[in-house]
Amino acid sequence: MAENNRAVVKLKENFAASIIDVAEFRGEVTVTVKKDEILQVLSCLKQVCQYNLLTDVTAVDYLGKKDERYMMVYHLYSIPNKDRIRIKAAVSEADCRIQSATQVWLTANWLEREVYDLFGITFENHPNLCRILMTPEWEGYPLRKDYPLQGPDREPYKGRLS
Amino acid sequence: MGVDNPLGDNIITTSLDKLVNWSRKSSIWPMTFGLACCAIEMMATGASHNDLDRFGIIFRASPRQADCIIIAGTVTKKMLPVIKVVYEQMPEPKWVIAMGACACSGGVFDTYSVVQGIDEALPVDVYIPGCPPRPEALLYGIMKLQDKIWNDKNSFGSSIGLGQRVEQV
Repeated sequence: MAENNRAVVKLKENFAASIIDVAEFRGEVTVTVKKDEILQVLSCLKQVCQYNLLTDVTAVDYLGKKDERYMMVYHLYSIPNKDRIRIKAAVSEADCRIQSATQVWLTANWLEREVYDLFGITFENHPNLCRILMTPEWEGYPLRKDYPLQGPDREPYKGRLS
Repeated sequence: MGVDNPLGDNIITTSLDKLVNWSRKSSIWPMTFGLACCAIEMMATGASHNDLDRFGIIFRASPRQADCIIIAGTVTKKMLPVIKVVYEQMPEPKWVIAMGACACSGGVFDTYSVVQGIDEALPVDVYIPGCPPRPEALLYGIMKLQDKIWNDKNSFGSSIGLGQRVEQV
């Protein structure tokens, strides 16, 4: 069970107040935490629990929710222990910013730039927060659910005419 | 006798247009511009089985040596300025082949990041449908381009500054 996971036990010892949810689905453990303490949680996982590889940083857009509009997702892997964990943190629509994980893992640099480019979430204390996939002068954040699929300057597709 | 001297002591008269058009259509040197999976079919067309060389078509890696550009694949908005620069670097006369559904119309990529057909930026001479087109289709498209070059009027005069080239549509 997820409660017996070595990382979950450690996190509950240190950050009991910050943990919102612990879930396990098909052997994958997911811990949802408050975004204010995301940096402390991540560095604890790296220093104490040996999650030394950040596999991916991404985000999900839950359009319609105000306080939990975006969900940051961090996928971690521990090379010495050969196990994985997923950390999630909600980011609100009004205060669309979160601490950068570049101080913990250097690889977060480009991954967070991608999230910034496509979702518009600002990472505080990021060394070089600029667009990575879209052109520098691009307006808008294409992976947001309210971004028009065919771009802002085109008529949206209305189905076949015939 | 025979093959050694096929014309004998004779001369051939022809128009300068015919001579110039014949040489141009028999030596189309395309700029390779493979952008997606169409590039694989383009390479297959150039390889031994289909053998583009027999038409005098030799792929060039430099736009300065090319007179035709085959847009083979999906053109993203980020790639479009690069294509424009390469096209402008090619010397006149030059032709454009849009290969595949994406280069013709954007294809299935009806999205914010994809140019909906390279004809928004370049003057396209031949559109080749297909996703991706088979090598036979690319050969047919190139032969259509040869027909178009063959029917040009005043192709030599325009290159020495006498009037305009008249393309037959």
